[in-house]
Amino acid sequence: MTVGILALQGDFREHEEMLRRIGAPTLQVRLPKHLEQVERLIIPGGESTTIGKLLSMYGLIEPLRTRIRDGMPVWGTCAGAILLAQRIANGRSDQPSLGLMDVTARRNAFGSQLESFEIDLPVLGLGDEPLRMVFIRAPVLEDLGHDVTPLAHLDDGRVVAARQGTMLATCFHPELTPDERMHRYFLDM
Amino acid sequence: MDKSTWTTKVGLAQMLKGGVIMDVVTPEQARIAEDAGAVAVMALERVPADIRAQGGVARMSDPELILAIKEAVTIPVMAKVRIGHFVEAQILEALGIDYIDESEVLTPADEEHHINKHKFRVPFVCGCRNLGEGLRRVAEGAAMLRTKGEAGTGNVVEAVRHARAIYSEIRRLQSMDENELFTYAKNIQAPYELVRQVAETGRLPVVNFAAGGIATPADAALLMQLGVDGVFVGSGIFKSSDPARRARAIVAATTHYNEPEIIAEVSRGLGEAMTGIEISKIPRDQLMAGRGW
Repeated sequence: MTVGILALQGDFREHEEMLRRIGAPTLQVRLPKHLEQVERLIIPGGESTTIGKLLSMYGLIEPLRTRIRDGMPVWGTCAGAILLAQRIANGRSDQPSLGLMDVTARRNAFGSQLESFEIDLPVLGLGDEPLRMVFIRAPVLEDLGHDVTPLAHLDDGRVVAARQGTMLATCFHPELTPDERMHRYFLDM
Repeated sequence: MDKSTWTTKVGLAQMLKGGVIMDVVTPEQARIAEDAGAVAVMALERVPADIRAQGGVARMSDPELILAIKEAVTIPVMAKVRIGHFVEAQILEALGIDYIDESEVLTPADEEHHINKHKFRVPFVCGCRNLGEGLRRVAEGAAMLRTKGEAGTGNVVEAVRHARAIYSEIRRLQSMDENELFTYAKNIQAPYELVRQVAETGRLPVVNFAAGGIATPADAALLMQLGVDGVFVGSGIFKSSDPARRARAIVAATTHYNEPEIIAEVSRGLGEAMTGIEISKIPRDQLMAGRGW
């Protein structure tokens, strides 16, 4: 089961190293031809405007939408979550995106880099032990559709992880911590 | 909740990897850069080529301009301070800038000390020419590095020299035993702990971009193939004849740096690149890479 990691821009190597530690084969996806060789896909953190632009320049948007609609498991972290969302708040009106998950991703929901933070919080499905979450100029998820299950929220109630069928979105970066649980969760989806 | 941790500082640089950070001098240029796919912009009053041409003391930009650029885009905004000028850095932190570049492109404010970057909540990027210089900056708290290159020349030769120096030193470190590491750390004037970490992991402790003289998509891909994590383009974009198109092409070449067909395609008909300068024709006292210690 090869896990594709969208490698247009961002922290794709951190995801790759985590999966290698777990023992899952990976492939960097940059062009449509790479997509044909993977069974699931991670969209990493990075700049959503940049990744969206490169997705659109190299004809990846439609093939990706088709594969994901056909049930290929996909996980977006931070920028990846924004690219999966059907609605983007606080973004560029013209920013290209996949628009598949029934949520609104609010970009830079906490403000500038000075508001980036780490926190330990429980995640539904990962057991009682809280997960170290790293938020970097992070989004939050709002207006979750009926089919979307929230998996984690901040103390103020804002949702930072959610799942809709085979689509997973996290606003934080499990790939920047040593904790493998979120990656294992995705591999079991 | 822990704010401004080392992980979040280094983490933002991780998110910029594989991307292009562009110098902009107006909000309009910032929007062009964002539209072209820049991962961040560097807000400046003058690009390095103009600083070089006009001479005089180059300082931090007017906060008014930096805020206007911040207002114009959704991507991270960086800005430069003079080497050692910690008050300029305090001002940028107060403005809520995302990253500070303690930069040799501006006129140094202190000829002995760099800024103690650990004291700031905002992360810093610093230039380096070799491993020792890079690790000294990390020891001072830099959460990201870049090659110095020779800014404002449109000549990639110095960035290549610095990137090659860094990665060849890392490769040599990996073959040394512990005794040799102690001596090597002493010789390159870098903290032993950081030197040992690089020897063990085979990589720098923070993200390293290329900067200084990149003017074409091929330049960007060359540095990426040499091992850098991303590129800064200063004067190279907005001193060219078709900035938007050149910016898009450099973004594509940075992502697809191992695909010559794509680099060839995006390089076609880009118009005039910025006029370059031969390094040997620059008077020694006007070279920027030598600033910093």
